[in-house]
Parts: sequence; C-alpha cells; structure tokens
Amino acid sequence: MPNLTNIAYLVSASLFIIGLRRLNSPATARRGNQIAAAGMLVAIVTTLLANRILSPLEVIGGATVGAAIGLYLARTVKMTAMPEMVAAFNGFGGAASALVAGAEVNNLLAENIPMQPTETVTILISILIGTVTFTGSIVALGKLSGRINGNPVSFPGMRALTLLAVAGALGAGGAMALAPTSLPSVAGMGGPLAAALGIALLAALLGVLLVIPIGGADMPVVVALLNSYSGIAAAATGFVLSNTALIVSGALVGASGLILTTIMCDAMNRSLLNVLLGGFGGDSGDAAGPAASQEGRTVRQTHADDVAILTSYADRVVVVPGYGMAVAQAQHVVRELFDLLSKRDVDVKFAIHPVAGRMPGHMNVLLAEANVPYDKLVDMDDINAELENTDVVLVIGANDVVNPAAHNDPSSPIYGMPILNVENARNIIVFKRSMRPGYAGVQNELFFNPKTQMLFGDAKETVEGLIGEIKGL
Amino acid sequence: MLGLEALLIIFVLACFVGVEVISKVPATLHTPLMSGSNAISGISIVGALIAAGTMDNAAARWIGVAALVLATINVVGGFLVTDRMLQMFRKK
Repeated sequence: MPNLTNIAYLVSASLFIIGLRRLNSPATARRGNQIAAAGMLVAIVTTLLANRILSPLEVIGGATVGAAIGLYLARTVKMTAMPEMVAAFNGFGGAASALVAGAEVNNLLAENIPMQPTETVTILISILIGTVTFTGSIVALGKLSGRINGNPVSFPGMRALTLLAVAGALGAGGAMALAPTSLPSVAGMGGPLAAALGIALLAALLGVLLVIPIGGADMPVVVALLNSYSGIAAAATGFVLSNTALIVSGALVGASGLILTTIMCDAMNRSLLNVLLGGFGGDSGDAAGPAASQEGRTVRQTHADDVAILTSYADRVVVVPGYGMAVAQAQHVVRELFDLLSKRDVDVKFAIHPVAGRMPGHMNVLLAEANVPYDKLVDMDDINAELENTDVVLVIGANDVVNPAAHNDPSSPIYGMPILNVENARNIIVFKRSMRPGYAGVQNELFFNPKTQMLFGDAKETVEGLIGEIKGL
Repeated sequence: MLGLEALLIIFVLACFVGVEVISKVPATLHTPLMSGSNAISGISIVGALIAAGTMDNAAARWIGVAALVLATINVVGGFLVTDRMLQMFRKK
C-alpha cells in the first residue's frame, strides 16, 4: 500500500510541474493552473485514503471553514490588492507548515517516541522558516496596505536584537537536537515542546525584525522572497513527514520565489543583501538631497486639449503605467484611451518595467483586468528599442522607472538601475498628482527635460478629461 | 518509507526542475505565477490532514486542525484567484 501512495504523490507532483510549465504562455496558463489544482486534489485524496481519514469531524470542519474563507477572499479581492493577497496567503502557508511540525513534536512526545537528531533538525527548520514567513508576511501585508508605516523602520540596537534572536533560536534548536532528554520541562510542557515553542516565538520576532526595516518600494522583492520561504517551509515539513509530495512542491515554489526575487533585484540593480538590510525607499518620500538642484528651474505644464491633439495625430504612442495608476484605479479609463486612440489608427503600446507596481507582473494583471490585450504589453528591453520612433510617451503614475538619474547621476540611490528610456521619444507627457518625488524619494530630472510636459491632477480624472477632449476633436 | 538520502535527492532534483520550468514564465504572468505557486505551497495541507486526522494526541490533532484551516485557505483561495486573473488575459 505505501508504494501505491508514493506513486499517487508522484502523479500529483508531475501535475504541478506540467501545470507550471503551461504558465509559459498566457494562452495556456489558465489550463496550467487547473492542472496544478488537479494535482492538489490527487494529493489530498491520496492522503485521505492512505491514512484512512474517513470522516473525523475536525477534518471536515477545518477544511470547510478554510475553503469558505479562501473562496470569499478569492472572489472579493480587488486586482489592485493582489500584492496584499499574495502576502497574506504566503503567511498562511508558512504558518500551516510550522503548525504541522509543531503537531508532530507534540505527537512524538505524547507517544514517547524518541526524536532522531535529523528529524529534530527538519522539524526545527520547518518551524523556524514557517513562522518567519508568517510574521514577515503580516508585516509586508501591513506595509502594502498602508496600515504599517511604509518607511523603513529601525531603532537603536535592532541589528543586535536580530542577531540575538537568531542565536537564541539556534541555541534552543541545538539543545533540542543534541540532548532532547536533558531539556527541563517548562510550565508542564515537555522540554522539547517548550524548546519548539521558544523557537517559534523567536522566529515570530525575527520575521518582524527582518521585514520592518525594508521600505515600501522594496516590498515586491520581499513578497517574492517570502513566497520562496513558504515553499522551503513546505519542503521542510515534507522531510519531517517523509512525504515526497510536500518535498517536490515545496522545492518548486522555493525555486519560483527565488527566481522572481533575483529578477526583481536585477531590475533595481541591487543585491538581495542590500534590499534585506533595508533603509531604502520610503512611502512618503520627502524631497531629499537633490531638491536643491531643481531651484530656479521650471517644468512645462500642459492641458488635456493639447495632449488630445498631440496623441490623436501621432503614429506611435507608448503608455508607461506605474503604481500611481493602480492607486487612482485608472486602469479602466486608460483602456478606454487605448481603444479610442487605436480606433484612430494610432499604434498604442504599454511599456512595462519589471518593478512597476508592488509585485512582479502587477501592471500586467491590472491592464488585463481592464481588457487590454496582453500582446500590447511590452517588456522593458523590447520597448526601449522602439522608444526612439515613438511620437508620444504617456507616463501615468510611474516615476522612478523613468528617472534618467539612473543613467546620469552616480550619487543617486537608483544609479545603475535599468530604466525605460522615455527621454528618447519625441514628446513626453507626465501624468502626475504633484511635483512630489517617487517612491525611492528621488527627484526626477525627466520632468525638467525640454521635451517633457506635465499634466497635473489625479490620474483617473486627467485621463478622463483627455478622453473627453479626444472625443470632441 | 523513504530514507533521508532519497528525500534529499528528490528535493535537489525538484529544485533544478523548478528553476528550469519557472525561468520560462514570461514577465506578463509573474503575478499569476506567484499566486499559483503560492497555492501549490499550500501542499502543507497534506501534512495538516495527517496531523488533524491521524494523530492520537489531542493537542497535536487540534494544532493540525488550525494548520488545516490555514492551508485550505491557501489552496482554495490561491487556485481560484489565479484562475480569476488568468481568465482576464486575452489576446484581442
């Protein structure tokens, strides 16, 4: 019987891999997700049958409650809130892995089964990473939703406290692995259980300490990294239970998160360590150092009627969307603008920077929601080659990803970051609420470029105004 | 039951497969990739079922139930929201 179980888990792991493979094109992606879901169903049914879990009330109740909450969240979440949703789910996955490992400790103790050192190590990794993922995700969620200050938070002695927490967790873990029987019992709990609980508490603190110093602008990296952690936590739990389904799927997710993390870091030209050490990219971004250099210079302001004429008689228009578009919920009116210009035979494309928005691919999802065809969304490297032949660039709610300081100003914090070279286009229209600097807190030279005109106001309202003017032409 | 070496071999090979498969996902689909792979990491539901359904110790079982609730949210919510996103990706 156990052999058959392993075969069934192998089927399930294969379905996950086939499903993920189909995510290589938007045309096959939906089916891919369904195949992966089928793989999950196989794993669940296999587990129920192999362990003869037929109808305990706890299992049915727990699954029903979880399914109802999951269904509700999946149906009601707004597409602009996807980063928060993914952060929350990462956290749940990590917590579930940690809890399973905790249950195993409890069970082994109650049954008086001695723990092998290797088993202890896997349990510890599972609890540690799972709990860090949980609390780290909660903090990331708070920062993304604005409930926690998006600025990098730090206090004196924070690094020391972090190191202390790591040392404490490792110490408790070492004691648990090497001398489980000699651990004193605490408050009626067996020694190993108390140690496991202590490690969980330290890991919870660690998760907070690791994410809180990281600025809101770097949250895409953090969410991708936590995604990776949630996979590693699941794989660790797989080692605890000797379960191949958990190990394979955990490894897949771990790899996926790590690849996304690397892509995000490359797109910002920063190392992962630099992101994790934090202190970069606050929410509110006061005009810091470079502010002085803008004194005495003026920006050119424009109005909807001029932009309407400019765009509707252009051959090629490129839209650069950014997080500001998401905040203003302007993706639907932007689509309307796209339709209107396309009808007038203007070639309209969207330039997507890898870190635009608050998570990898965030802009693509928002524009897909607004029914913009995905073949009109062009990656940075491809669109940069076309910008020279572009008549008008519309920068809607983006800032740092079009900041030429990344090329020209070695003192800028974003120096070296690959950007969309919009200054190569013939005209640049920047839709912006005010002259406030971007997420990275850096002033943008682009606004003072002679080819640039500023269209001030709420992104949604200004685009609506533009649409009205084009219709009136 | 498989030994630790066998599990490690499986883990390492699966990591390589993961890197190969996921490197081919285009940037357009990175958000659905995150939420979809996130749903897959809800595989800890298997562990939660074993804990909640088979462990004799009552405390262990209830910890398992808590894990089951969280893992089910992750699995059900993750796959559904990914589906909701992917159905929006259309060519004209």
